[in-house]
Amino acid sequence: MKLGFSKADEAFRSECAAWLQAQMAGPFADIRGIPNLVSEIERRREWEQELAAHKWSCIGWPEQWGGRGATLAQQVIFAEEYARAGAPGRINHIGVELAGPTILAFGTEEQKARFLPGIAAGTAIWCQGYSEPNAGSDLANVRSKARLEGDEWVVNGQKVWTSLAHFSDWIFVIARSQEGSKGPKGLTFLMMEMDQPGIEVRPIRQMNGEAEFNETFLTDARCPVDSLIGTPGDGWRVAMGLLAFERGVSTLAQQMGFRNELDGIIAAARANGKDRDPVIRQRVAEAEIGLRLMRYGALRMLSKADHSAIDGAALTYKIQWATWRRNLGELAMDVLGQDGEIAPGAEYEWPMLPNLFLFSRSDTIYGGTNQIQRNLIAERGLGLPKEPRGDL
Amino acid sequence: MEFALTDEQVMIADTVRAFFAENATSERTRAAMEGVGIDRDLWAAFAGELGLAGIGIPEGFGGAGLGMVELAVVAEAAGAQVAALPLLGHAMLAQALVRGGAQAQKEQWLPRLAAGEVIATVSWNAAFEVNDGAVSGTIAHLPHGAIAEVLLLHAAGQVWLVDLAGEGVRRTAHVTMDQTRPLATVTLDAAPAEMLENGAAAIDGLQAAGWICLAAEALGGAQASLGRTVEYAKERVQFGRPIGSFQAYKHRLADMMVEIEQARSAVYWAACAVDEEAGEAALALHAAKAFCAETYRMCAGNMVQLHGGIGFTWEHDAHIFFKRARSIATLYGDSQWHREQVAHLVMGDPA
Repeated sequence: MKLGFSKADEAFRSECAAWLQAQMAGPFADIRGIPNLVSEIERRREWEQELAAHKWSCIGWPEQWGGRGATLAQQVIFAEEYARAGAPGRINHIGVELAGPTILAFGTEEQKARFLPGIAAGTAIWCQGYSEPNAGSDLANVRSKARLEGDEWVVNGQKVWTSLAHFSDWIFVIARSQEGSKGPKGLTFLMMEMDQPGIEVRPIRQMNGEAEFNETFLTDARCPVDSLIGTPGDGWRVAMGLLAFERGVSTLAQQMGFRNELDGIIAAARANGKDRDPVIRQRVAEAEIGLRLMRYGALRMLSKADHSAIDGAALTYKIQWATWRRNLGELAMDVLGQDGEIAPGAEYEWPMLPNLFLFSRSDTIYGGTNQIQRNLIAERGLGLPKEPRGDL
Repeated sequence: MEFALTDEQVMIADTVRAFFAENATSERTRAAMEGVGIDRDLWAAFAGELGLAGIGIPEGFGGAGLGMVELAVVAEAAGAQVAALPLLGHAMLAQALVRGGAQAQKEQWLPRLAAGEVIATVSWNAAFEVNDGAVSGTIAHLPHGAIAEVLLLHAAGQVWLVDLAGEGVRRTAHVTMDQTRPLATVTLDAAPAEMLENGAAAIDGLQAAGWICLAAEALGGAQASLGRTVEYAKERVQFGRPIGSFQAYKHRLADMMVEIEQARSAVYWAACAVDEEAGEAALALHAAKAFCAETYRMCAGNMVQLHGGIGFTWEHDAHIFFKRARSIATLYGDSQWHREQVAHLVMGDPA
């Protein structure tokens, strides 16, 4: 058991750190450290393409498809250095981390050739169409319908909480293709182009004033028949395989962002004297400990993945970081005091720490609420019996 | 990336888990609780048959070599059964000597420690005076202090070894809440003492071993509290369903697992950091002690609550875990103190 990385891995770290820092100090200095995923979209498309031009856009993918076939350790290192350099959040993270790996795992060779190059090149931005007004925690309760019409799939329904849909080029959806089917059976996984008359996107303004999420209306939205991944009715298996990718390497990059936020809180406490408050000091220590344990938890999980399957412990990661970050938001406001409740300008726009306080309230909801996470941990991790299902 | 137990470490873990599960039974632990808090046969088998008292002691001194990761593996398994062992003081004395003892001191003590022949107790924040190599003072809260053969005292960068069988020693055993680690007060009146050569290094060694041992015991205890409660949750039926199917119940178990997985990262982070002499070792040790102690308190408390009335009885083992969790939380710096050390490391002292 070791904490560190091998010499070869550290050499790789130096290589990617040097490139990333040069970009962030030079041509892309203007988008360094942007906290959200919704501003400077055109510049960030250029950034995605610059990453691709140097083969840094999807390093974990096979070389054949534009990746580097990087090991898990190298992916971890790149993620850490990416965040350390202050590179902006990846607007195509859904394409690179979800759509691409799903196509690699479940797609045909033709589909790989059709979709992967655009993702790798940073020219095709993707979003995910899962949740619906009546399919949130109970995701399998999807009601959007897909039917075959000639050589096209035609989809009708409404998706919600579609992150980044307002500038995405592609969306993958699950829709019900078998009339009268219920739950996870009868769902189909389709990849659809966003730029068509049948898809309308309406941004949802969030409690922090920003609009990262959207409602996506599908009205006779169309895609060619071979845009289906897997087989008709088999979409749930594909979608769940994809959710497993969500708990990947990106967690390490996310933690570097958390580091930045905690450092901001410590700096604020030093500036306003709250660093003398013994209760604040206890809470800062708790936050520091939690952040470190997140890193070593992720390394432990990924070290195992090098050798064997990810085990039940990986189930605990989502609720752990989400709850930690929500607490961090509370700590931020307790350190800032009333100054934190005043926006710096004339708009309802917040600097990093007050925005953290507001935004982190979504962390414990999206991607499976804390309550759903506890069900998963208890039922899959601990083998406890399921709660009987209702039939309303 | 190798932040996972090696095959050899997994083998040690399997061996000790099986050993403690078979031997550190509830009956034997309870018998030790009625006596001095140590199952001497268990300790003899642990040191003799398994040779595990030699962990962390160089092979040149009769030890098994290895380091803090292996100590953690062993302490975790011992903690899972709340085994009545003098492992804590033993590990602390051994590491004090390994890091800060003179050659002659190592030759004198380490082979005997590796053979499990010495029961040691270590003070925390004790006030004492030293005159001409003799120590005087009242040393309180010594785990297994009533039967320990050696007392390790430390203050102001110096570490002293006192032979408790020697002159000038008076002991008072206390009825102690955690009967697996009863506390005693030792009064020293010009008791002969021996100073370790390098006090600062010895203190680093004894603290690292002590905090890792306690954190790992807490991890094992917390995991066992969860495991036993999960079993109960599947068997016990109320309202026509296993109680583990109710969300109010299963969510508490899920919360325990979330904390335990972090505690596991904490223990092995700290143990690796010490073994690798990493710059973050101090931070990791304070983090591990505070986090694991709190995790154990939460899990043992939940174990009592989630067993209902039976969990409050003397007959059920829940109280043994619950009391061990309490004593670990208090020993060698409480969680508030450790967190303040973390705060000091990350934000310095206020101006």
